[in-house]
Amino acid sequence: MREKVISIVQSYGKNSGRLMDILLSVQSEFGCVSEEAVSLIASELGISEVDVNQTKTFYHFFTTNRVGKYAIYMNNSVVSEMMGMAEVVDELEKQTGVKFGQTTPDGLVSLHFTACIGMSDQEPAALINSVVFTQLNRDKVRKLISDMREGKPVESMFSEYGDGVNANPLVKSMVKNNIRKAGPVTLGEYAVGTSLGKALGMDPNAVIDEVKNSGLRGRGGAGFPTGLKWMFCSKEAGEKYVMCNADEGEPGTFKDRVLLTERANMLFEGMTIAGWAIGAKEGVLYLRFEYKYLKAYLESVLADMRTKNLLGNNILGKGFNYDIRIQFGAGAYVCGEESALIESSEGKRGEPRNRPPFPVQKGYNAKPTVINNVETFCSVVKIVEQGSAWYKAMGTEESAGTKLLSISGDCEKPGVYEIAWGMTLNEMLAMVGATDVQAVQVAGPSGSCIPPSQFGRKIAIEDLATGGSMIVIGKKRDLLKDVVMNFMRFFEDESCGSCVTCRSFNMILTKQIEKVVAGTAIRTDIDNMKAWSQIIRKTSRCGLGQTSSNPITTTIENFRELYEARTKDVAYQSDFDMNKAVADSCKVVGRVPNVHHE
Amino acid sequence: MSEIVKFTIDGKEYEGVKGQLLVEVAAEKGIYIPVLCHWKGVKPAGSCRICSVKVNGRFMAGCTTPLEADMKIENDTPEILDIRKAIVEMLFVEGNHFCPSCEKSGNCDLQALGYRYQMMVPRFPYEFERRDIDASSPKLIIEKNRCIFCKRCVRMIKDEQGKSYFAFKGRGKHLQISLDKKLAVTMSEENAHKAMDACPVGCILRKEVGFAVPIGKRKYDHVSIGTDIEKLNK
Ligand SMILES: Cc1cc2nc3c(=O)[nH]c(=O)nc-3n(C[C@H](O)[C@H](O)[C@H](O)COP(=O)(O)O)c2cc1C
Ligand code: SF4
Ligand code: SF4
Ligand code: SF4
Repeated sequence: MREKVISIVQSYGKNSGRLMDILLSVQSEFGCVSEEAVSLIASELGISEVDVNQTKTFYHFFTTNRVGKYAIYMNNSVVSEMMGMAEVVDELEKQTGVKFGQTTPDGLVSLHFTACIGMSDQEPAALINSVVFTQLNRDKVRKLISDMREGKPVESMFSEYGDGVNANPLVKSMVKNNIRKAGPVTLGEYAVGTSLGKALGMDPNAVIDEVKNSGLRGRGGAGFPTGLKWMFCSKEAGEKYVMCNADEGEPGTFKDRVLLTERANMLFEGMTIAGWAIGAKEGVLYLRFEYKYLKAYLESVLADMRTKNLLGNNILGKGFNYDIRIQFGAGAYVCGEESALIESSEGKRGEPRNRPPFPVQKGYNAKPTVINNVETFCSVVKIVEQGSAWYKAMGTEESAGTKLLSISGDCEKPGVYEIAWGMTLNEMLAMVGATDVQAVQVAGPSGSCIPPSQFGRKIAIEDLATGGSMIVIGKKRDLLKDVVMNFMRFFEDESCGSCVTCRSFNMILTKQIEKVVAGTAIRTDIDNMKAWSQIIRKTSRCGLGQTSSNPITTTIENFRELYEARTKDVAYQSDFDMNKAVADSCKVVGRVPNVHHE
Repeated sequence: MSEIVKFTIDGKEYEGVKGQLLVEVAAEKGIYIPVLCHWKGVKPAGSCRICSVKVNGRFMAGCTTPLEADMKIENDTPEILDIRKAIVEMLFVEGNHFCPSCEKSGNCDLQALGYRYQMMVPRFPYEFERRDIDASSPKLIIEKNRCIFCKRCVRMIKDEQGKSYFAFKGRGKHLQISLDKKLAVTMSEENAHKAMDACPVGCILRKEVGFAVPIGKRKYDHVSIGTDIEKLNK
């Protein structure tokens, strides 16, 4: 083991900035990053063990104990739960004889939960040794576990592949694209290299102007004008970087997955155009670990682009040198926040930075950096190719162009839709075949829960902004238990913990909503939740804490009756359950409880 | 070259050096903005959020926001004071604090802020998190029940080669402070001292010395936290 760990550290030039890659390699080699491995890594890098550990313990795909030969990471996102996760979980536990969080005694299988893996259109889904398994059910679980007992390789446990590139020999995945509606921009016609050729023939500032004039705003959720961001960065001096945010962690989003699969060339082309525009030599694609099944394919696309002289030295003979590398995450939603993404890429904990300075001033390796979403870069390619006027003619006044929606939940046709901004929720629901709708969760847990009375509202940055996640919630769902409680537990797990408010409040609010669901809350608890949510919103450092109370505040606002039905209108109610307490203590001392019931 | 700019705090006009951190600018003017994680001269952490102020109507952390021209800063308003009190309460329910048995009592910034904001009973339910105590190193006791994750120890205490003694472990609700077992063995007396002094609460304690200054004669036993700064204003 010693030699192997040392050689891994050496292969990354003993650079602590590449600690993420080192830990990923060690985890995949040994099924864990043991204390012994931590100690070796620390001494090789010349840093203290606590510094290796602080990164290691931040990400949930790094484990101290060896995971099973088959490590099953079951997605426990809202949509997975809606689509029948409980049965799959039950069957997995039955077939393996162990509970989630445990490994079978023979070390064959370990069961873990993980947050949304970007498969909301084909849930319940799980990752087994980084291979995606979708639409699981009891039968499939039985078959999988029996295959594991026979020692089959994970890749041979299925034989049908998804459509398009999913069936490519380098991917061979069962994941389906589910492209339901292709529009003219990101899912439209595309010829590799045309746009880049055009951009390299333009002055970098003219490229930025084109993007500015198109009205393109960031597709990662925040909606910041892309051209403006590039302009700020281009004005800074010295070495610069382009980074692509492919962390796609917001539960219910999966459109970047489809772009990475079907439009990898386009994405890399967009990143290269950005490099030309701002004057960068290097681009980094920060890819969530959950999409590791695309690694070999994406690398082959990069290699192919190098052969075609679309990347590398003297691109298309225009004297521009630029290349792209892939940086993997290791399981942390907050790493989708741009400054956390930078920290993570530098081998550190994914803690969002304080601003100022902004990434365009001081980003990756303390150099000016442009970070954009996958869809943003892809849109740029078409904007440069077709011109800003063409692009701006689509969408609304304030939201130009088209947007990819990832639609999932209670509807007939979950999948990816490229729509022009401005579509109403009613139109969207008709498009996806959804009836009996209780609510639409717009923009994922950090967005808003919208009731039918507001389905006339528009999907647009000026009205219902979204990074793409749209979860349709049918009337049969228990909104508070199935949705709000799940969302709050998600935030509680995913807070980086830096800010007192976000670390503590997500815990407090989660307990409060659990209380409501359990039926032990009173009316004042509703008002407290509302008031307390303001504190976390106002004082947290990053978008996570600023929006994590939204599941509660937007449902109190739009579905207050659900809260009132579950809370008592009394001044005080004790949380203390006498019967349970007596039963618990009797269990400890081995007596039979004999409690007086009124 | 420092540029002097005009700004206001709670409506009163001042002048200060552009780029200076708001908590430090305010302190110079005799205005107390409470801090728990800030330490002058050390890279700001912006984690305790107790220095939250409103700048031109928006909430910002005073310890990470540099002064700009014409900033309108709100500091002493009922809304902000209530938020600060809430943060103190939150820290009390998050950890496990039994002041009467704590070596830091009277010298503790958290306790002192509890008094300053007249916290009686926290409005939030207690978490009663189980946290352990690490007394395995020769010089220090790490009483994790009292850690408020201010990162002062993480940022300030390094060995001669710049290696960290302290770092966080885990994330979110599983966050913990940890002391490097190997480095702790050779930790200097000076660093042990510095670590205890840096810790705003009673989480980092030195072994074999305690209660050197008796209760009743400690930093905040007779004056409220912040009075040293506010004195300038009198
Ligand atoms: C907690 C959190 C998670 C985020 N996750 C993502 C993500 O997965 N993908 C993404 O593109 N942007 C994400 N963002 C937004 C980024 O911080 C950033 O605004 C975006 O990547 C900028 O690119 P754009 O302007 O092209 O949208 C997240 C923000 C926060 C606060
Ligand atoms: S708001 Fe939450 S996730 Fe963001 S920096 Fe603060 S603790 Fe971390
Ligand atoms: S650390 Fe401060 S608040 Fe906590 S117990 Fe000690 S004196 Fe009290
Ligand atoms: S141990 Fe003390 S100094 Fe270190 S983070 Fe905790 S409270 Fe801050």
